Amino acid sequence: MFAERVLEQVRKGMKRWLDEVKKSTGNPQTRARFSTVSDLEIKPVYTPDDIKNLDFERDIGFPGSYPFTRGVQATGYRGRVWTYRLFSGFGTASDTNRRWRQLLKDGETGLSTAFDFPTLMGYDSDSPRSRAEVGKCGVAVDTLADMEALTKDIPLDRVSTSMTINPPASVLWAMYLVAAEKQGAGWDKVSGTIQNDMLKEFIAQKTFMCPPEPSIRLISDTIEFGTKHVPRWNTISISGYHIREAGSTAVQELAFTLADGIAYVQDVVDRKKLDVDAFAPRLSFFFNSHIDLFEEIAKFRAARRMWARIMKERFKAKNPRSMWLRFHTQTAGCSLTAQQPFNNVVRTTTEALAAVLGGTQSLHTNSLDEVLALPSEFAVNIALRTQQIVAEETGVINTIDPLAGSYFVEGLTSEIEEKAWEYIERIDKMGGMLAAIERGFPQVEIANAAYKFQKQVDSGERTMIGVNKYRREEETPVELLKVDEKVETEQVERLKETRRIRDNRKVAQALHDLRAACKSDKNVMPYVIEAVKEYATEQEICDVYREVFGEHRDPGFF
Amino acid sequence: MTPERKVRILIAKPGLDGHDRGVKIVARGYRDAGFEVIYTGVHQTPEQIADAAIQESVDLVGLSCLSGAHLHLFSEVARLLKEQGAGDVTIIGGGIIPREDIPRLKEAGIKEVFLPGTTLEEIVNWTKENVSPK
Repeated sequence: MFAERVLEQVRKGMKRWLDEVKKSTGNPQTRARFSTVSDLEIKPVYTPDDIKNLDFERDIGFPGSYPFTRGVQATGYRGRVWTYRLFSGFGTASDTNRRWRQLLKDGETGLSTAFDFPTLMGYDSDSPRSRAEVGKCGVAVDTLADMEALTKDIPLDRVSTSMTINPPASVLWAMYLVAAEKQGAGWDKVSGTIQNDMLKEFIAQKTFMCPPEPSIRLISDTIEFGTKHVPRWNTISISGYHIREAGSTAVQELAFTLADGIAYVQDVVDRKKLDVDAFAPRLSFFFNSHIDLFEEIAKFRAARRMWARIMKERFKAKNPRSMWLRFHTQTAGCSLTAQQPFNNVVRTTTEALAAVLGGTQSLHTNSLDEVLALPSEFAVNIALRTQQIVAEETGVINTIDPLAGSYFVEGLTSEIEEKAWEYIERIDKMGGMLAAIERGFPQVEIANAAYKFQKQVDSGERTMIGVNKYRREEETPVELLKVDEKVETEQVERLKETRRIRDNRKVAQALHDLRAACKSDKNVMPYVIEAVKEYATEQEICDVYREVFGEHRDPGFF
Repeated sequence: MTPERKVRILIAKPGLDGHDRGVKIVARGYRDAGFEVIYTGVHQTPEQIADAAIQESVDLVGLSCLSGAHLHLFSEVARLLKEQGAGDVTIIGGGIIPREDIPRLKEAGIKEVFLPGTTLEEIVNWTKENVSPK
């Protein structure tokens, strides 16, 4: 971006400046080394020399134009503010439905579902494996009846719903589609997202059911089905969030997420013979926004530029929308502290700001008590207001990609991009992400980073306020949401009642047909939808998957 | 003279939650401190954990749960170990555990509960003081 003559002067000036600083201050720095939360070393000052290889047209450009570094929408937040979308769910479907309607009343603009662990893992509420877990970490959904209660009085043709669901994504999506249809909302109108990203489960979140290969097949089935029948649905949310929560660095989060994306696109192209431009516009992403403001902003910008290049150069996409990296963001749960929990509001605000300056399409802000329990209504309201204040009071949305051109932010964006490409190349050499996961490569990389970070916190080298610095003996009490033990018995009763009144012969037939579809190369979605319509339970459907595809066991890398 | 046997530790994740960042850090911390460590991986039933503890004749079982099901799951592991004549195995736990649940866990046979903010050094030192090889 600069003439060599200018750069020469900058370098001379830099040297002079460094000498002067040293001379005048003696010991100018409080630390030997300054680094991001991911341990990326940061210089005292950045200059044109740090962005000398950047080309404005090629690497930065304008919002809404390739390579989309500055955002996928030409109008940024001036055209439309990101979606205020708070991840929520607890107890029974009616408990969560009440919380959802309150959130919508308070100005939330999109829904996001937290399911309990039995639902996430494909077990019914009365399975022995579900004991003490029902309704605890999210809402319990066993059959279509629960999905209907969950979405009651919510206009599904107008509100978009995100569902954090992975191994049983096809099942919960089918339930949602049928519930919407019954409500009168056609599949051409409903919009939302299923997370449906199994690779990051094997890498980080560890919610898995079947082995990797059939898991990918189920994902490609949903992508194909969405492409043909549910045009406004994001059939996958390729997620870095959990990779980061598991302790990765920002670079690893970015690299592993995009490598997962590459694996999914390749599978749909190979298995379904679909044109990349037919389905790629409905692929969406999900990132973490951690506490290091500039590192995160740089990561988001790098992510957009890299995905655009991957889609254009590697997969030969022609439709610009196929090159769009649209993403949801959640502030970092792992940056919050159980100690002095009210401080978490400040952390979350900073992280929300990073997501917004990085151009997110949708945002979840953590509640201050989320490190201790599911959010209370009081806490979730502050989390929502945090977003509304950032969007509607601070003025940060006035101009698009406001930090473009900063020597530091551009330099860091390029540095993160470069380091992420190195990882992607290594993964390519291993034979792609599936092969890399089989040898534990991303898992061990993340575990190493997590261990290093913990050592830094334990030694005090990295500060966590209230944990290893500024500690207090007395804790400020916070009132936490308690999920009543009665939820489990109530939910089990409800499930039994559904099983009693349905037509069990039709259920058996639908499951039989599904089993046959699983064994063939047919798309399973129509069969799952039929089973769901007959009120087959989630586990009955997932047991078919387990039976045909087998179960995955954690190899326990550490 | 045979060298003194090392303390053997089973680190386990009972239940359905997959949050294994903390538990793996603890496993590695123990290994680096010279203990013999076995890690079960996620999604273990209490029965699987008790069986593994007996089969591997460990001295300590470390349980981690972040889903809120700790009262049921930890107590089950303790009960099963006792039932199978392995009541002398020390059991510790950690995770997102409300302070008010700690007395009930101790009553059930969990010797110590480590909450968020605990350092590896604290866990290792506690183990050195409280657990010796059988």
